[in-house]
Amino acid sequence: MTTTDAPQAAPPPTGRRRIGDTVFAGLARGSGLLILLILAGVAAFLIIQAWPSLAANTANFLTTQEWDANVRENPAFGVAALAFGTVLAAAIALLLATPVAVGIALFIVYYAPRRVAAVLGYLVDLLAAIPSVVYGLWGIGFLAPQLVPVFRGMTEYLGWIPLFSGPASTSGRTILTASVVLAVMILPIITAMSRDVFRQVPQGHREAALAMGATRWEMIRLAVLPFGRSGVVGGAMLGLGRALGETMAVAMILSPSLAISFDLLRSGNQTIAAHIALQYPEATGYGVSALIAAGLVLFAITLAVNMGARYIVARGSKEA
Amino acid sequence: MSTTTTQPPGPETGPTEAALRHASLPRYFPTALLASCAAVVAGVLLAFSSFGAILWALLTAASYVVITVTASARVEGGRKATDRFVTSLVYGCFLLAIAPLVSVLWTVLRNGFDRFDGYFLSVSMNGVLPSMDAGGVYHAIVGTLAITGMATLISVPIGVMTAVYLVEYARGRIKRVITFFVDVMTGIPSIVAGLFVVALWMVLFGPGHTNGAAGAISLAVLMIPVVVRSSEEMLRLVPRDLREASYALGVPRWRTITRVVLPTSAAGLTTGIMLAIARVIGETAPLILTAGSSAVSINWNLFDGQMMSLPVFIYSQVRMGGAVNYERAWAAALTLILTVMLLFFLARMIGRAFAPKSAR
Repeated sequence: MTTTDAPQAAPPPTGRRRIGDTVFAGLARGSGLLILLILAGVAAFLIIQAWPSLAANTANFLTTQEWDANVRENPAFGVAALAFGTVLAAAIALLLATPVAVGIALFIVYYAPRRVAAVLGYLVDLLAAIPSVVYGLWGIGFLAPQLVPVFRGMTEYLGWIPLFSGPASTSGRTILTASVVLAVMILPIITAMSRDVFRQVPQGHREAALAMGATRWEMIRLAVLPFGRSGVVGGAMLGLGRALGETMAVAMILSPSLAISFDLLRSGNQTIAAHIALQYPEATGYGVSALIAAGLVLFAITLAVNMGARYIVARGSKEA
Repeated sequence: MSTTTTQPPGPETGPTEAALRHASLPRYFPTALLASCAAVVAGVLLAFSSFGAILWALLTAASYVVITVTASARVEGGRKATDRFVTSLVYGCFLLAIAPLVSVLWTVLRNGFDRFDGYFLSVSMNGVLPSMDAGGVYHAIVGTLAITGMATLISVPIGVMTAVYLVEYARGRIKRVITFFVDVMTGIPSIVAGLFVVALWMVLFGPGHTNGAAGAISLAVLMIPVVVRSSEEMLRLVPRDLREASYALGVPRWRTITRVVLPTSAAGLTTGIMLAIARVIGETAPLILTAGSSAVSINWNLFDGQMMSLPVFIYSQVRMGGAVNYERAWAAALTLILTVMLLFFLARMIGRAFAPKSAR
């Protein structure tokens, strides 16, 4: 419009560049790039330090179950059992947590009275604030003893399902206990993601459903859940990533053994993260390097899961 | 609501009218039923003298759901019954989530209270045998403060500057890439952050070096993305008008950011940083790998020797496994939880007290 004013209306950073501006912009840009550098550095240093043990490994790293790495020569170790335990524990946790988290999110957004909803959301966030080592302590000190009779009952009445075959652990320190604790720990993140997306459901969709005479549940089923699906799936995958990498709760609760076993109620299985935390203080010879190799596998798995989750969430919000 | 009787009834409106006007359960029905269920179940359990809080809650919930659904199905019909069923399910989900929170807090409080006193907080474990009825967490508190403090000093400038870059400078592809990888970085398992520093330290200093600085760097790796995300959101809340007013006065861009944008969002930034501290102060796994897990004496030096911290103290006491060790672990857990809660609530208070008025 005002072409005559053009010289005056020009954006500020024309002509002479101020030194302060250049330096500050450089600092900001540098910080952003530093983050990319750190992420690349994590991958690079893990690979560099894992390489010696991987090169010396006499067994197949991906298919071996044994962990015989604390030696000066000819180590033989693999992540098969560990990776299996990791995925199993995280998958059970996800199965337990996702429906509950969706329920909580629905409760906070559509069921709870407006005034208390914020406070209730807080309480769920507090679950995320409790340190994992405290969850571990709670798991062995309180939950595991409480679950022993439950497990005994499950082997008695559900023992015909292979997953629950007995005899049940007498200490309660099984992979199912660890999964229950993991489920509690990932509840807040799945809830948060679901809550955000449920809030964004267009009011028109909801009111259209209600105007047609739908009950509250029918409104949720017809308008809210289809709209919120990508957010829930993304949140669940973020929760999965967290459960895969969770260390302390599992390390403290499980009484470990390196086996591939589907018996949820017996001691057995181990996860990568917990294995690293337990083995590291005693690692000698190729031990540390081998643990770093295991960490590299964990890093790769969680990276893939997280990238997938972010992709799904981003695509979902673009469609909306 | 509307009185259909006033309308002239057509010859064949009989069935239609019946379909339009459903009987429904009275409004007080759920509350009354829940109260009576709770009372009856409690009475029955007491009669069999097998009262347990968990059993009582489960049976009350089950009987409530069954009675509600059958009553609703008979009086109101199938669709309403489904709706009531889902409503009870959703309420149940929420209670199910609150149960572990209450349980964790209560267990820690009850078990940790015995040993939680001035003596416990003011002495270290130096010269204390694991099974002796003595010793405390002072050295762990020192370590936690030093390591978390250094991690904060590293990650706050990097995190806030990255947020500034993302909000004020970055455009297009590079912005998307950095945002994406910050998100991915929030998902790095804590143990991997620990292993990263172990690997870095082996390259830089050779094997066998554990000290507080290594722990601080591993925590910073976990903390930076959290700071970036929260700061980014806060910076976005700063109104555009403020920036434009500043530019209009001829203030250069960097002065605008440091003098207008950052002070405006200072409260929000502080909240985010405190929440990030609360997140990493309880991290255990990376510190076991980087700062060691066997220190017993007070060490203020981040660059020399092992450093104990509260979470690692809990873990190492549990690993020792004696009764006294468990008592120490519970008391240390109480200390840690109180610290985290304090940070958490302080952060929320600051955020609420200084929130921009226009935000709500």
